[in-house]
Amino acid sequence: MPNITTIAYKNLRRKKVRSILTLFGIALSTWVLISLLGFNQGYEKSLNDDIDNLGFQVLLTAKGCPYEAATLMMQGGAGLRYLPDSVLVDLKAHPEVVGLTPMLMQAVFDPLVGEHGGIAAYTGVDPLTFPSMKTYLDFSQGKWFTDPFALEAVIGYEVAELEQREVGDMLLIPEHEVELKVVGILNRSGTQDDGTIFVPYKALQNVFGVQGLLTSIGIKVHKDADVSAFEEKLYELPDVQVVSMAQVKNTISNLVGTARIMIMSIALIAILIAMIGVMNTILMSVLERYQEIGIMKSMGAGSSQIFRLIWTETVIICLVGGILGALLAIGLAAFTEAMIRFILPYSPKGSLILIDFSLVIHSLGIIVGIGLLSGIYPAFRASRIKPIEAIRISEGEL
Amino acid sequence: MSIIRARNINKIYLRGAEAIAAVNGIDIEIEAGEFVSFTGASGSGKTTLIHLLGCLENPSGGTLAIGDATVFEAGKAMPESKLNLVRRVHFGYIFQKFYLIPTLTVAENIRVPFAFHRNTGANSNVSEIASMLGIEKRLNHLPKEISGGEMQRVAIARALINNPKVLLADEPTGNLDSKRSDEIADILSQLNREKRITVILVTHNLNLAKRAGRILELRDGRILQS
Repeated sequence: MPNITTIAYKNLRRKKVRSILTLFGIALSTWVLISLLGFNQGYEKSLNDDIDNLGFQVLLTAKGCPYEAATLMMQGGAGLRYLPDSVLVDLKAHPEVVGLTPMLMQAVFDPLVGEHGGIAAYTGVDPLTFPSMKTYLDFSQGKWFTDPFALEAVIGYEVAELEQREVGDMLLIPEHEVELKVVGILNRSGTQDDGTIFVPYKALQNVFGVQGLLTSIGIKVHKDADVSAFEEKLYELPDVQVVSMAQVKNTISNLVGTARIMIMSIALIAILIAMIGVMNTILMSVLERYQEIGIMKSMGAGSSQIFRLIWTETVIICLVGGILGALLAIGLAAFTEAMIRFILPYSPKGSLILIDFSLVIHSLGIIVGIGLLSGIYPAFRASRIKPIEAIRISEGEL
Repeated sequence: MSIIRARNINKIYLRGAEAIAAVNGIDIEIEAGEFVSFTGASGSGKTTLIHLLGCLENPSGGTLAIGDATVFEAGKAMPESKLNLVRRVHFGYIFQKFYLIPTLTVAENIRVPFAFHRNTGANSNVSEIASMLGIEKRLNHLPKEISGGEMQRVAIARALINNPKVLLADEPTGNLDSKRSDEIADILSQLNREKRITVILVTHNLNLAKRAGRILELRDGRILQS
């Protein structure tokens, strides 16, 4: 026995091409919507994970641009300014400090990187303090260096994969003609450490001729400490820049804000276009079936039932299109993520798009809700059809 | 006992400033179980009259009662929701065009009225109606797979599914050849004779009109003779 849903479904099959095109419109806008919402929650989570994995809550650098400092902190960029390592002594005097780890970042042009050469970056770390702050790092081969002056290196997963390195290999630092022995290869951590070459910082100071200088100091703060007040105290030190987690998050959020607004605008436009498409399809369908709807009314169908019939058609289109769009969003998440990474100024290492069941259900709710709104006018038009008008008007006069 | 009573009903359309009386002060009573046919030239008002009697549109004046319900009186019509119920309970409509839904099978087309109301009095035995109309082997076909005569039988079956008291047929053979027209006329006669369904027929075809117990000729919106 046909019910309103069956009739609505079969009506949509009448003009297959038109229905399929409308369905694709909905699917595409659902894809954009779910990807955008997935990006919003995925980016936030990955950024938090990246920052948590730093192992310290405050980074002290030489006074300079906060964006540069944030980049330094997140991507290991080479700082141009230095701190004297005597700052370490001053910092140890603060009761809020649980741990300190000095870092020195250096970069040289390496003709063997890429097709036309590129920058090879080295991060000098303290073998006594750095590993204890980065407890999530573990090794696929070898272990941390122990001698702070040793010409040794621990390389991240991506560096090892890219250069096909093994423990025992020698790495040449161009321009300085110094070789480092690979003593450890890290497992993939999903952080910036995967692309880093770690060297004992005192050895790096000697190689680059910057004895007694650091580019940054990572500070692990007591969990009950007032970080804001501590930051204020740190500014009493001469010529330092303090970068906190909150600042890093804000800085990066500002950097990606424009891209987020752009993506959201695209989603909004896509949804509006889909809405108009649904309204157009359903309205066309109503006008084409003017007589048929009138006959249904003559058979006893009430205005509310005709309204429901037409509304059901919009719900079917939006629901099927929405499910298709959700599958597209899930199936093409890697592709979407690659596109987003391409346009963003900074991307955390973790997954940028996080699509979970709740997000899919909410998005489908939004799409069906929009479909219901789009269907109101066509459904209202259909419900107002009078049987006698429909019978009188020939199709050619519509 | 009369099932339809119309007193001085008229229907006036405005064409610009000109008022045209399509139905002009007709009095008529139709008894339950009667077979009445309306004939007349094009524009005589027969289709408008059947639409008024079938509550598909409201008169401009007069009084109209269907069964126990007064549907139009003193310039006021019954609310649309109640009119809807009157249509559902009393009438089955057959038109010149069949108005079948092309994506539904014959059986589904016959059952379409059920989609909108699960009337306990409805005749749910589609097979029985289909057998009576000779379309029992076509139930799973789509409308495009059956002939014009069969399509009209499906339309009749759809009109019968609610067990209507009155069957209103407006030029039901207009799209059919003479052989198929006779078959449809036979069906209407049989329904009237065996099921005691009141049949009101509008037709140009005098041979078809003669199947009725009462033939009414219309001219200029008035009944000329009985």
